[in-house]
Order: sequence, then structure tokens, then C-alpha cells
Amino acid sequence: MHEQILNKEPVVFDDRINIQVPDFAEDPMNVPVSVEINGINDIAEIRVFADLNPIQKILVFKPLHIKPYIAFRFKVEQATPVRAAVKTNDGSWYVGGRWLEAAGGGCTAPGTGTLIPDWQDKLLNVTSRVKMNDAYIGRLRFKIKHPMDTGLADGIPEFYIKKYALLDESKREIAIVETFQPVSEDPVFSFDIYDAKTSSIELIGMDNNGNKLEALIRQ
Amino acid sequence: MRIRRVLLLLLFYNTTFAGALDYQLTPIKVSDDIYMFKGLKQDFTPSNGGNIVNTGFIVTSQGVVVIDTGPSYLYGKQMRAAIGKVTDKPIIKVLITHHHPDHFLGSQAFSDVPIYALSSTIKAIEMEIASLLTNMYRLAGEWMRGTEETPELFQALNLSEEKLGNHQLQYLSVSGHTNSDLMVYVKEQKVLFSGDVVFYNRALTTPHALPTEWLATLDMIQAMDVDFIVPGHGDISKREVAVIQTADYLNWLEHIISNAVRDGLDMNEALNIQIPERFHGLAVLNAEFSRSVSHLYPAYEEIFFK
Ligand SMILES: [Zn+2]
Repeated sequence: MHEQILNKEPVVFDDRINIQVPDFAEDPMNVPVSVEINGINDIAEIRVFADLNPIQKILVFKPLHIKPYIAFRFKVEQATPVRAAVKTNDGSWYVGGRWLEAAGGGCTAPGTGTLIPDWQDKLLNVTSRVKMNDAYIGRLRFKIKHPMDTGLADGIPEFYIKKYALLDESKREIAIVETFQPVSEDPVFSFDIYDAKTSSIELIGMDNNGNKLEALIRQ
Repeated sequence: MRIRRVLLLLLFYNTTFAGALDYQLTPIKVSDDIYMFKGLKQDFTPSNGGNIVNTGFIVTSQGVVVIDTGPSYLYGKQMRAAIGKVTDKPIIKVLITHHHPDHFLGSQAFSDVPIYALSSTIKAIEMEIASLLTNMYRLAGEWMRGTEETPELFQALNLSEEKLGNHQLQYLSVSGHTNSDLMVYVKEQKVLFSGDVVFYNRALTTPHALPTEWLATLDMIQAMDVDFIVPGHGDISKREVAVIQTADYLNWLEHIISNAVRDGLDMNEALNIQIPERFHGLAVLNAEFSRSVSHLYPAYEEIFFK
């Protein structure tokens, strides 16, 4: 399991990795997870995965110029450990995790959004809530309209956002996020942008069908 | 050897089946002709068999009106037997307050009697009964045995008031706990069966809550000529304190979650919010609060995200 996700590189379990999930997944389609790293420097990437999900990989986050913090919701099929693995630039892995109790069914249940007429018009639409810190964006939360189908529900092919980047006002990439099928429908992401000192954020990305995500977020 | 095995089997039979699967439903007299069965102030568990709900009945001179049928076929059967010990009058109708499983899954035991619910409640039952049943079998275990999908048992309630023998009953169609909640008001005795619109000393459940409408409905109850409320969960109470407690918690919940979304908190940060001390006496508080965050958060994101 770890070999698959962590490329057989050395692993250290570490409590500087603060991963939070509720004790019980009340809604297996929308389990909130947040990951915050305190005191590990030179972070190359953070991988979030659930050992016992049919699709283990949930997300890869590269905090290039922002705080190593991300929060979002994901689908869970059964009770499972949820882990965050941090890779530093020297190739070391640090892992933290939490046990999530669940009744399950989140991964094999189809999304509901595609049942609503005209859902395609709204595909990859972005809405957001920005908290400013003086002239700059502090906490940023946004929602991307997308069914995020896992391909595990009968007759519904996989259809999910693959990757997006956050750009600051000078078009510098400040974070990159790769998302996988278990991320929830119409996903909501939270970031702390403070360090980038920017008054707007551009989102650029795409889903597995080649549909483009483009949005500009300001207060 | 053989004898020992028989004895062991008997022992197993007694403790696991005959002994354990008794809801021990004892009618509590609320007022003349009005009774309730009080559920435990707990979560659903395999040991309580889902008996966390208050149900009730009214003995009119024409016959018995039953309010909610409990979480399982077994509950319905045992409820019916317990009513039979109070009166030999026939059961003439059953009223279902809303579509949550602990309130209507006992209806099979009353399949020979007309069972009424609001039409939106029946729609919700038809849509959700399969997943509600799966969930209840998982949470309450063997107590659920024999409980089946029977949405055809329910018919639409089109009356708002009726006189049954010596009792004038009012059927109030409201919303807030779900989009369709039925309350039953017994005029002479000023008793209100509120369904889950009112809770007392037990934290609210909110899987289909509409907080603004719920608060408006509570205001309406507060203006009614009601002495006692039989809440859907928790203790029987005088009207005012139960409504104030329900509204206070709901107001706080709405406020705290709305502010959390406004201020950019992620859901786990919201889950870590300290609950004020005045609510610490409510049963199942921590579990219900975290469920409520999960239920209500996305709706507020819908409001605050531009
Ligand atoms: Zn309810």
C-alpha cells in the first residue's frame, strides 16, 4: 500500500503532520479532511490517501509559495485510515494519519449533480469566499462545479477534475493540486494564501475529458 | 454431553431473543385519554433497537388514534399490544409526523388501519425508504427483523381538524425539522404532539433541517394555547421551556455555522468549535453537533460563496 503511494522511499511517522477528519463519516459522500504541516521545511508535495478506499489516492498538493495547509471533502467507501504523506526536497517521506469510522457507500454511489438539467452549463464554474488580510488574500475557499464521478457506480464512466494550479496576480504558480476520483462532487477547497501577498488568484486546470477550468478570484 | 448442549441452547435463546428483544413499552399518562411511550435519550444502537423516539396515542370514545409507529415492525407490534392493555377500543387511525425512520417503520403492525401522513412526507418516504431501512438494519441490528419497504401503507392526510367522539383534534402541517412536519394538537387538554419540531433535553437532529422555517414554526407554537408538549425526542415538558430550549440551540447552531462559513473556516475547524455550557445537559450533544455541521455547512457555502 505504502509502496504504491510512496515510491518505496524511506518513511517516518511524524506528528508535525496535523491531519483532521471527523471520528465518523456522517455523509460518506462528503467527508471533510484538513491537512496542515507545522515545522517541516522544504516540502515538495503532500499526498492524501485512504488505505481502504477502492481508489486510494485522493489528492496531491504542492504548496510552492503558500502555507502547507489544505482542506476539502472526499468520498469514502468504508472505515479506513486517512493519511497525509509529506515528501521533502531531499526525497524523505513523513506520514501522519487518522482512523475514520464510516458506514460507507460513498465511492460507488453516483453523484447527484448530473441529474439536474443544464448541469453542463455550470461545469467547472467557480464560486468563492475570500477572507482578506489587509490588501491581500488570506484564507481562500472556493467551490468548483463538477460531478467527480469515480467510474465505480454502474454505467457511469469516471469523470473528474485532474489538476489545477493557483496563480498569483503576477501569474506566478503558487500551488498545484492534482485531484483524483474520490474527491467529492462540487468540491470545496480551502487554502491559506497569506504568504503569496496577492490580491487576486487565478485558477487554471482541466478535467479528465479535457474540459478547461479557468477562473479569476478576487474579493 | 447431549443434555448440556440443549441447556446451552436454551440459555442462548433466553438471553439473546426472548429477553433482549423487548422494547418494554410502558404507556405514560400525559392527560386524560392521552398517553406516550418514551424513548431513550440516545443514538440508535443494537442494544436499544432504535427506541430513541417518543410515540403516543389518544383514546377517543370512537377509538384510538396512534401518533407515530416507532423504528421497527417489532416496535409497532409491541406498541399495539401495550395500547391494548390500556383500552379495548379499536385503533381507528394512525398519524405519521414525518419521514424519519424511527417515526414510521413500525407501521407494518398497523397495516389493517388507515395510516395518514402529509403528502410530501409520503413522497419522501417513497424516495428514501430503501436507504433508511438499510441504515436502520445496520444501526439497530436484529430488532429490525421483518421490517420491510411498505410505502403503500401511507395515505395523504387532507384534514386539518376533526372531532373524534369526545376529542377535538387539530392537525398542523408545518415545516422546519423537515420540509413536511405534522403536529397533533388535542384541544381540550391543551396537549401538543410536536413530532421532531420540538426536542427537550436531547440535542436536535438535523439531516433535513430548514433552520429559518423551523424557528418560525417554534414561534408559532409559542403563541399557541398549549400546556404540555410531547416532543419527538427527550422529555415531556411544559410548552414554554421546551420551545425556548429548542429555539435557543437551533439559533446558536445556525449562527455558529453561518459565521464559520462567513469567516472562512473549513469544516473540521467548525467541528472543533466549543459548545456553550448551557447546552451541556442535552443528551447526545457532541455527536449531534458534528452531524449538524455536516448537514448544514454546504447550504451556507451556497449562500456565502459568490
Ligand atoms: Zn426527525
